[in-house]
Amino acid sequence: MSAEATTNLPRRVNYLNVDHGVKSWLLTKDHKRIAILYLVSISFFFAIGGLMASLIRLELATPAGDLVQADVYNRLFTAHGVIMIFLFLIPSIPAVLGNFLIPIMIGAKDLAFPKLNLASWYVYNLGAALMMWALLRGGADTGWTFYTPYSSMYANSEVILTALGAFIVGFSSIMTGLNFIVTIHRMRAPGLTWFRLPLFVWAHYATSLIQVLGTPVVAIAILLVAAERLLHIGIFDPAVGGDPVLFQHLFWFYSHPAVYIMILPSMGVMSELVTAFSRKRIFGYRFVAFSSLAIAVLGFLVWGHHLFVSSQSILAGVIFSVLTMLVAVPSAVKVFNWTATLYKGSISWETPMLYAIGYVGLFVIGGLTGTMLATLGFDIHVHDTYFVVAHFHYIMVGGAVMGYLGGLHFWWPKITGRLYPAFWSKISALLIFVGFNLTFFPQFVVGYLGMPRRYHAYPEEFQVLNVLSSAGATVLAVGYILPTIYFIWSMRYGERAGANPWGAYGLEWQIPSPPPTHNFEEKPVVTTEAYDYYTLKEKRVA
Amino acid sequence: MTEHITSVRTYLLVFIALMILTAVTVLVAFQDFGAWNDVVALTIAVIKASLVVLFFMHIYHSTRLSKLVVVSGLVWLVILIGLTLSDYLSRGLVGLASS
Repeated sequence: MSAEATTNLPRRVNYLNVDHGVKSWLLTKDHKRIAILYLVSISFFFAIGGLMASLIRLELATPAGDLVQADVYNRLFTAHGVIMIFLFLIPSIPAVLGNFLIPIMIGAKDLAFPKLNLASWYVYNLGAALMMWALLRGGADTGWTFYTPYSSMYANSEVILTALGAFIVGFSSIMTGLNFIVTIHRMRAPGLTWFRLPLFVWAHYATSLIQVLGTPVVAIAILLVAAERLLHIGIFDPAVGGDPVLFQHLFWFYSHPAVYIMILPSMGVMSELVTAFSRKRIFGYRFVAFSSLAIAVLGFLVWGHHLFVSSQSILAGVIFSVLTMLVAVPSAVKVFNWTATLYKGSISWETPMLYAIGYVGLFVIGGLTGTMLATLGFDIHVHDTYFVVAHFHYIMVGGAVMGYLGGLHFWWPKITGRLYPAFWSKISALLIFVGFNLTFFPQFVVGYLGMPRRYHAYPEEFQVLNVLSSAGATVLAVGYILPTIYFIWSMRYGERAGANPWGAYGLEWQIPSPPPTHNFEEKPVVTTEAYDYYTLKEKRVA
Repeated sequence: MTEHITSVRTYLLVFIALMILTAVTVLVAFQDFGAWNDVVALTIAVIKASLVVLFFMHIYHSTRLSKLVVVSGLVWLVILIGLTLSDYLSRGLVGLASS
């Protein structure tokens, strides 16, 4: 662990300066460079999705539908959902941080299939390009869920192009998942047993299982919509002998587990952050590791909770309601274990830790409201209201995005070899936390009071809460723009980071920042458990 | 890793079995078993698919991990179909939701 000794010598060859030119990036097989390619792509689409969100919040600042027409509004929230879910949230942590870190964390030179990894980025961009083309042609108006028979027979917007984009992006997700599974099975360094793996790797393993097992189902569902729309084959539309609820079953069989594709990797990030900034081993390693797998498996058994009022049978409703409650168990295991890890830890309040602490609070609110929604009777009251919108934003933004940003701030010095300004990054973490709550907490209230989602106008009595929400969105936007600025600034002007700026444990902190192309000069041999901060401290003292 | 090499004889036998089962599929299509029509057709189809997976896709001689992958794929299919049927088969039970 004499990591500090090997810090940046000037002009050391690393993965960033080993080769120059556009071609060296576009044809790279280096998992670290592909992670950067993904970072650029998903940041771009996050900005577009964010722009859509801004327009939505701007429209909702006043009760009257005055900024955009109802039809344009439909296309706006569809684009916001499709872009944020398929182009940002699903690939965010796995394709950027997972791609960069998993080979390093397990002591490998690269992923098992480097070419497949690069191919996944191209497939992602192909799908994204189709979606953007559809957007330029007016976009889809079905909502990101493409519910039939509206999407398959009646909508006269760009449903097929948009859905085809999602179909193609799905394959990039499968490729990433497959790559991770094979890499984690076959390429671990000598001595790195399953129970010595960092929990970030466990979380990504669970995520990959969902990607590989779930994505094909939504792909088929999308193809069937296209088949019905183009060829009028009766699959979902009752008018031609189909069943619309069948679509919802097929769609949510993937799309509910997809929520766990978004949240599980950020839970993996959390385990790294909490241990690193408490200087402690994780509380209950095996429980946290297995809770990831439990969430992945249980996640496949709960999709019916999206169908409580879609004429699903009462019996199925009860079954899915109970199964949904079960997901709370492994989720709570994680939250309690992170909290227990803090206990008697030597806590420092660096920026990534601020994100981690914010995450716990927001995820608990998101999770508990999820349990409320799993209750049949309550769900019928708030179904399709802003309560649901607030709930899933607490999970996806409060959970997944906070984890993503926390992880990005944690590993940025490793990725770029530079430090970002501590003060501004703490300000941005604070702005995001405050802005997020201001945006979405009022939506719980307004939803409970009965404001439905997906309308561009609403009764005047809801205005105060909506103005609060729109104001919060502005704060949130500033919170997102700040990191963009100081990250870009830091790449050129940031202070040089050593190999291990946080004094954290793990293989990735034992190699220089930025890492050399093949990650390790010698193949590492692992002899200790993960997060062995006690031994690390003793070695320092010695 | 030692790779098992399947003999041409095995491939031929499996191929012949698949051809015979195809013929059986065609033959039973002309018979009416009433409610058992689907059961008979699907049973033959499952046998054929199993032969393909086990021999042509080399799962019979693969590692336990590969077998686990195949079985978990099937389990997930059962989840998809089973839980969906929990809706379809029980729609009439409590009135209300079904028309």
